[in-house]
Amino acid sequence: MIDLDGVGRTFVVRRRRPGRLRRESRAVEAVRDLSFHVSPGEFVGYLGPNGAGKSTTIKMLIGILTPTSGRIRVAGLDPSRRRTTLARNLGVVFGQRTTLWWDLPLKDSFELTRLLYKVDRERFRRRLDELCERLDLGGFIDTPVRQLSLGQRVRGDIAAALLHDPPVLVLDEPTIGLDVVSKAAVRAFLREVNAERGTTVLLTTHDLGDIERLCRRVMLIDHGRLAFDGTVDELRASVPEESSIEDVVARIYLSGGVRPPMAAGGTG
Amino acid sequence: MIANARVYLLLVATWMRAAAQYPGSLALLTLGSFVVNALDIAAIWIIFAHTPELAGFTLPEVMFLYGTAGVSFALADMFAGNTDKIGSYIRSGAFDTMMIRPASPFLQVAADRFSPQRFGRVGQAAVVLAIALPRLGIDWSRAWMIPVMIVSGFVIFVAIWTIAGAAQFLLTDAPEVANAFTYGGGQLTQYPLSVYGGELVRAVTFIVPLAFVNWQPGLYVLDREDPLGLPYALRFASPAAALIMALLAALAWRAGLRRYRSTGS
Amino acid sequence: MPDNGGASGPTARKITFPAGRSPPTISWLLLPPWRCPTFALYFRLFRYGFRRHATYRAAAVAGAFTNTVFGVLRAYVLIALWQARPGLAGYDVADAVTFCFLTQAFIGPMQVFGGGLELSQRVRTGDVAIDLIRPASLQLWTLAEDLGRATWLFVVRSVPPTLAGAALFGIVTPSGPLAWAAFGASVVLGVIVSFALRYLVALSACWVLDDRGVQSLSLVMTLFFSGMILPLVIFPGWLGALAQALPWAAIVQVPADVYLGKADVAAALGFQALWAAALLGAGTLATRAVRHRVVIQGG
Repeated sequence: MIDLDGVGRTFVVRRRRPGRLRRESRAVEAVRDLSFHVSPGEFVGYLGPNGAGKSTTIKMLIGILTPTSGRIRVAGLDPSRRRTTLARNLGVVFGQRTTLWWDLPLKDSFELTRLLYKVDRERFRRRLDELCERLDLGGFIDTPVRQLSLGQRVRGDIAAALLHDPPVLVLDEPTIGLDVVSKAAVRAFLREVNAERGTTVLLTTHDLGDIERLCRRVMLIDHGRLAFDGTVDELRASVPEESSIEDVVARIYLSGGVRPPMAAGGTG
Repeated sequence: MIANARVYLLLVATWMRAAAQYPGSLALLTLGSFVVNALDIAAIWIIFAHTPELAGFTLPEVMFLYGTAGVSFALADMFAGNTDKIGSYIRSGAFDTMMIRPASPFLQVAADRFSPQRFGRVGQAAVVLAIALPRLGIDWSRAWMIPVMIVSGFVIFVAIWTIAGAAQFLLTDAPEVANAFTYGGGQLTQYPLSVYGGELVRAVTFIVPLAFVNWQPGLYVLDREDPLGLPYALRFASPAAALIMALLAALAWRAGLRRYRSTGS
Repeated sequence: MPDNGGASGPTARKITFPAGRSPPTISWLLLPPWRCPTFALYFRLFRYGFRRHATYRAAAVAGAFTNTVFGVLRAYVLIALWQARPGLAGYDVADAVTFCFLTQAFIGPMQVFGGGLELSQRVRTGDVAIDLIRPASLQLWTLAEDLGRATWLFVVRSVPPTLAGAALFGIVTPSGPLAWAAFGASVVLGVIVSFALRYLVALSACWVLDDRGVQSLSLVMTLFFSGMILPLVIFPGWLGALAQALPWAAIVQVPADVYLGKADVAAALGFQALWAAALLGAGTLATRAVRHRVVIQGG
């Protein structure tokens, strides 16, 4: 479903150093020789410290950013060339930013989404009812998005991303800042979506609770390179001295880079 | 193309419906918009309180030029005026959100936060034009040019706004430079070009074709001599100028978008 | 005399203000400025305001460019008018062109198109409650920052368009150092009057739910009655008389007339000072009302 082959992305950063007049240019490799394959129906976690290249990868998958090298295919389409077609097959949720229309009531956002993604009215009705029930949106569906609490807004975002029944769902830190109850609800829902509809899910997160509860497979990116690609158990096993997954991951970040026992990757 | 038009109308309709929830506030804002724009025509009236002619043109003639350019400008502002916020959309990440959707980012920007209050400006210009027309004493066989010039003017202004928007992919920090061309263009066309110096008029005829918004076609409608003595044929060149600008704008936008996607933000 | 923790001695270092009260500024006038802690505080705020706005270099340059373009366009219109009516309202063509570029120069420092105060945003979000708890006058605090902002904008957005106007059209200049000093004082007073008006508009967001209406009204009044659109001196009859009495005239028309030497300096500065005092006074009352509403009522 998602195919990355030797993908690289370099940025030219121009910073004015204090004490100097001219701006200096530096080439920063945000992503370097990244390759992985996600099969349909997989639920994959994507971990990495800040600045590791997670957001860059996501942007390239969506087609907002074009890679400087390598090849990407999502649902068989090249995101940089077929962005609009791909958009119809993709659902995206940003935890830190909403994809809904800020000043409009939630139901208006849903209606706009239906028309934008050309969803059949009957299917839309059924899907919306189902999502409202599962995510408990009924209470605030008439409220403008800007007045919603964070938990409500994230649930709204997830519903909007799934209204058109995309085969691929990409989530960028959806549980950030949520309270325990909301987190549990979101996680339960994502699990169902993956299990019942076979939606391929790529989840970026800092929250290892998400990883443990939801993902069969986890990828770890550090300094733009894939540092780990395997199951959660394999991840735990890779640093046997540590007991909690958090400490395992922290160890990997701190040791800075690729670790030798890299599992063959969930080929599914 | 049709699909994109539907998307635009859909977004606009949704925003208008949301604004209509607060009719009192909306009415006040529309009135406010009307009044703010009326200040420009008030200035013209004050000027004509002191002189019967300005640079060789009478008050009804100036009001005619002001009105036609004003309608073109206001309609363009209503349609594409939001593009001057592209810089802030990029900085806040909202532009990326628009790129996720299967719809033209340009139309999404154009339709964003559409408020019926924008009609206030159009109304004000239209009223001025309506007052001026009966007082002009023009040859009505020439009146066909009036809708042509308004539409051409609209396209030219939209093109300028689009190019200004595309420029923001390059100069995210300084969107104000574009204002000099968009709002500057609006200001320029409020008065007959005989007011301005020769070089400036040539620049807005051959470089940034603002002269074709209302001046050249206006000379035809009013049956006046061109004070600069430029070729008579230029009076019919508005649609051509509009077409060229539209093409340039489309190219500029595509280039800007391509650049945005290859350099990130 | 409130307890001020011993500020008057040369060895005093630490100043404490009684909680919740502004420092009594009258008594501080008896001290030399550099000893006065209030002065030090506000000077620092002034510098802060300057530096904060100085980081937006590109935007300021762009603003200067736009101001220049509009200056050129409007200058032509005024030239056309003065050629049709030479000597209108006691100006000649050069005066009119100079006036035009002066108004463009004032756009930045006097924030003719509104804004420049973070305060509006803070009132809307409620953050202003934090500002009101400080033991210093919110109005003076904001004024100090605004003067810093005005100074920066004067350098970057006022001088270049004026020079451009001088190069393209030729402008008039004041004769002699006294005239320049008078102009300088007039500009500062103009900024203060503009500040006082914007301050009141910003605070209005505390009572009016949607402050866009007030902002819109303020914009109309400022553009029209400050002399931005056309010199107030050519406004006919009663409109002209009214316009020259209102505070907005102090923002643009009066400093411009002082520059051109068309106004009696004492009367002009007096007019500005009077309105500045009146509006700042209104601002103090408004602040008190806001403090009551926000801090005590929690509204």
